[in-house]
Amino acid sequence: MEVDTAAINTIIDKYGKDKSYLLAMFQDVQRQYRYLPKEAIQYICDRLHIPFSKGYEVATFYSSLSLTPRGKHIVHVCLGTACHLRGGPNILDSFERALNIKRGGTTENGLFTLESVNCLGACALAPLVRVDGHDYGKTTPGSVKKIIKEYGEPT
Amino acid sequence: MIVSIGQLDGIAAEYKQKSRVYSKIVKICCGTGCVSSGALKVHEKLSEFIKAENLSDKVLLKKTGCHGLCERGPIIVFGDDEILYQTVGKRNLEDDARLLLKTIQDGTIAENLLYKDDDKAKRYVSPRDIPFYAGQTRIVLSQNGIIDPEDIEEYISLGGYQAVHKALKADPMEIIDWIEKSGLRGRGGGGFPTGTKWRSCRDASGEPRYVIANGDEGDPGAFMDRSLMEGNPHAVIEGMIIGGYAVGSSQGFIYVRDEYPLAVQRLLMAIDKAREYGLLGSNIFNSGFNFDIKIFRGGGAFVCGESTALMSSIEGKTGEPRAKYIHTVEKGLWDKPSNLNNVETWACVPHIINKGWEWFGSIGTPQSKGTKVFSLVGKVKNTGLVEVPMGITLNEIIFKLGGGIHGSRKFKAVQTGGPSGGCIPGEYLAMPVDFDSLTKLGSMMGSGGMIVMDERDCMVDVARYFLKFLVDESCGKCTPCREGVRRMFEIVDNICSGNGSKGDVEHLEELARAIQLGSLCALGQSAPNPVLSTIKYFRDEYNVHIEQKKCPAGVCKALTTFIIDPEKCTGCMRCASECPVTCISGEKKKAHTIDQSKCIKCGTCYDVCKFDAVKYE
Amino acid sequence: MVEFTINGKNVRAEKDETILNVARREGFDIPTLCYNDTLGSDGRCRLCMVEVRKGNRKRIVTSCLYPVESGVEVFTESPDVLLVRKTVLELLLARCPNSETIQYLAKEHGITKTRYMKDNDKGKCILCNLCVKTCEFNVGVAALCMSGKGPLKKVTTPYSEPSHDCIGCGACVAICPTGHIYMEDKDGVRTIWNKRFELARCPQCNRYHAPVEQLEFIATKSGTPMEQLLICPSCK
Repeated sequence: MEVDTAAINTIIDKYGKDKSYLLAMFQDVQRQYRYLPKEAIQYICDRLHIPFSKGYEVATFYSSLSLTPRGKHIVHVCLGTACHLRGGPNILDSFERALNIKRGGTTENGLFTLESVNCLGACALAPLVRVDGHDYGKTTPGSVKKIIKEYGEPT
Repeated sequence: MIVSIGQLDGIAAEYKQKSRVYSKIVKICCGTGCVSSGALKVHEKLSEFIKAENLSDKVLLKKTGCHGLCERGPIIVFGDDEILYQTVGKRNLEDDARLLLKTIQDGTIAENLLYKDDDKAKRYVSPRDIPFYAGQTRIVLSQNGIIDPEDIEEYISLGGYQAVHKALKADPMEIIDWIEKSGLRGRGGGGFPTGTKWRSCRDASGEPRYVIANGDEGDPGAFMDRSLMEGNPHAVIEGMIIGGYAVGSSQGFIYVRDEYPLAVQRLLMAIDKAREYGLLGSNIFNSGFNFDIKIFRGGGAFVCGESTALMSSIEGKTGEPRAKYIHTVEKGLWDKPSNLNNVETWACVPHIINKGWEWFGSIGTPQSKGTKVFSLVGKVKNTGLVEVPMGITLNEIIFKLGGGIHGSRKFKAVQTGGPSGGCIPGEYLAMPVDFDSLTKLGSMMGSGGMIVMDERDCMVDVARYFLKFLVDESCGKCTPCREGVRRMFEIVDNICSGNGSKGDVEHLEELARAIQLGSLCALGQSAPNPVLSTIKYFRDEYNVHIEQKKCPAGVCKALTTFIIDPEKCTGCMRCASECPVTCISGEKKKAHTIDQSKCIKCGTCYDVCKFDAVKYE
Repeated sequence: MVEFTINGKNVRAEKDETILNVARREGFDIPTLCYNDTLGSDGRCRLCMVEVRKGNRKRIVTSCLYPVESGVEVFTESPDVLLVRKTVLELLLARCPNSETIQYLAKEHGITKTRYMKDNDKGKCILCNLCVKTCEFNVGVAALCMSGKGPLKKVTTPYSEPSHDCIGCGACVAICPTGHIYMEDKDGVRTIWNKRFELARCPQCNRYHAPVEQLEFIATKSGTPMEQLLICPSCK
């Protein structure tokens, strides 16, 4: 894949080409592409004069970075302790069924990616689901299909 | 640019003067919980009404940080704790906004927006009277929910940055003395004496030195730090400036979870503002002292809450911890003396400087001074943030402030300390909450997560949950944690799926001890705690799973069957419509049945049934 | 000079030495897997743990990292030390059931089988990180890395693809304590880390001896002419 080097340069320069900000640069690139393309890792490593392997090591260590393309809408099912106790795993299970993908997967039409998250810190609303930054509180297995419908059909 | 105390006071006076023109102040909680419940929509609607009624120059509508009572969000407070409205806009946004407008216009209190007791008999007007708030001592959170976190002048008007000025007039050693005498201990989990840490850092050789705020709040079910960073970012910054001056550092770092975008944004904004006002940067208050702060965002790795992993992450590397035989105060970030404290610890500092170490030391217990913020979550009625003096009992927190257990079930355990902590059963509810008591019980204070569990929670499943969490979050560097914790998970998972065998519990205990002794960092060393504490207090529950292949709480799917009692079923069809796999059938007003071959044992039918007709065995 | 005891024996050491170095010099046997003299210590494998007592305090520490301290008592085979060591070996045996190194070490500690389900996807890799470090610090190419975290952590080239940086020198193979890394020289071609390297032939003895890429790397780094490097070590 071709990456927009001008945009990546802007990101690198924003952090003053400082190697310490490698993770931050990756995060910013991911915000543009919804994932972290290999070419972007390579490009950033080259400009910062760090080995590609070190960039890859960082990119795979932090779970908020994705090395594979993700869907248009990202569904985050919170599995923090409060959500776990209030039925979070059942919500994840319902999403897996409704979207016909497993956690971490993307629907074939590229519309949804399903991920779990350790805690979003809105425990009063457990079990919580966040789609593209929008929160759905006190979800039930019955409300899962309704949430999906707001964004389109999974197939 | 502020260079003198006169100018600081001037801004405060000007701000107060300015706000006097408003006859009404309305504070809408815009913490994450309330925003998720629709607070921004309420803000929008109310602004519209205020504008339409030409009240804009009389009414100050503020977006504040978290008020704490997340369960009843969106929360709105009028004036100086005069009226608290709860769940505003939840029934009907338009109607509720009109009620708010009415209160603004003629002070009419909207009865149905007031906080009510369970039996709905008693309604509370002022938050001061609500047990949830009445039992708290708010120091760190004292300004949360009051100030607009994006307005530095409001922070200054309430005495903000006075502590920096006072500190810069003193000798750094004197400040370390004050912090030491205050008895402040680290709020991030370990409870290490803050003053001692500062002194070691100051005494260490090497330049430059760094101060770091740990805002990588990774414990699931904990959101104290987030609320603080979002609701009062200047308090953290102020604490860090003082700490930097005390240890001799001119560069600070704040490491924040990337999952907290609002906290990142508020901190960045606060840092910019502080720079603009000359409170960060060079020659602060004309003292010759320079200090600035950079923000680093985490990458969703729990282990980065560990100090050496966090520092490695700031260096642009993976978050692998290292052995701390040489402490980070001597060799930390880039091998330089580095002083890391949790954001809540930093936020305590300005209060100690302003009000004196004697005052701080008068709160709490002899060994654990001051207050602690807890996030009270799980099966408790009032989910939210509470700040209480150390030494208060678990009972008071859970039953008085938290209102007890949701619904009609009984309390079973409270989990503190996150994945490094443990589960405490009912017989210890009278124990005081402080660093040492919780450790004695096999749990720990941790950063302040407090997760309440009831009879429907399976302790083996809870242990399994935390193990799974830790398996995924282990950095993988050292053998006992990487390999051992996943083997503990396998054993517990087997028990939950009905494949446990005699001796499993003893095996877990043996493996746990080796992991505690042999792991490199605190994550591994404390990873067995959730298992050990549940074995300690709920051994019987493990045995029932292993010997009788039963899950008394009806959580472990392989050991649970849900059935509908035809005598009690009214045929309301609620369960059938909520069942995610539509395996419940039956005609309206006739008893329903569950097709066991299709049932995924999620328990939704049990949870939604209003007639106790669904049972499990 | 620092004086302390190991298993009751009085020993002396330089201030910055580690317990492991002193113990080995004094003839005490402490097993290690991830330690290497030239590459320092990370404290990954946890085999070298010893018990350090200071007054009433006792700690289990990694001897490869723990600096010597005056007056302490070190025990290399206390019950706690042995518990950790045996547990580590049993866990590694489950991870790498086919590793002779692990089988041997485990057997030495009385462990002949593991209670855990054996892995079949980890090869003989115990994640000691020595290959990654030797590649970066001894060879200077940094072709290898650890990817992922937790149980998914593994040693790899980026994306498990043939690495542009790898010069096929085989230093990783030489340093690997368990023989995990696969390398094959056949018909003038070396295969390692999914990459194929053309081997250089010595103009004098006509034998293949090193990957061309490796020689080119050395030529660039050291300024030695390629013609000289093409001559194999035995013909020099």
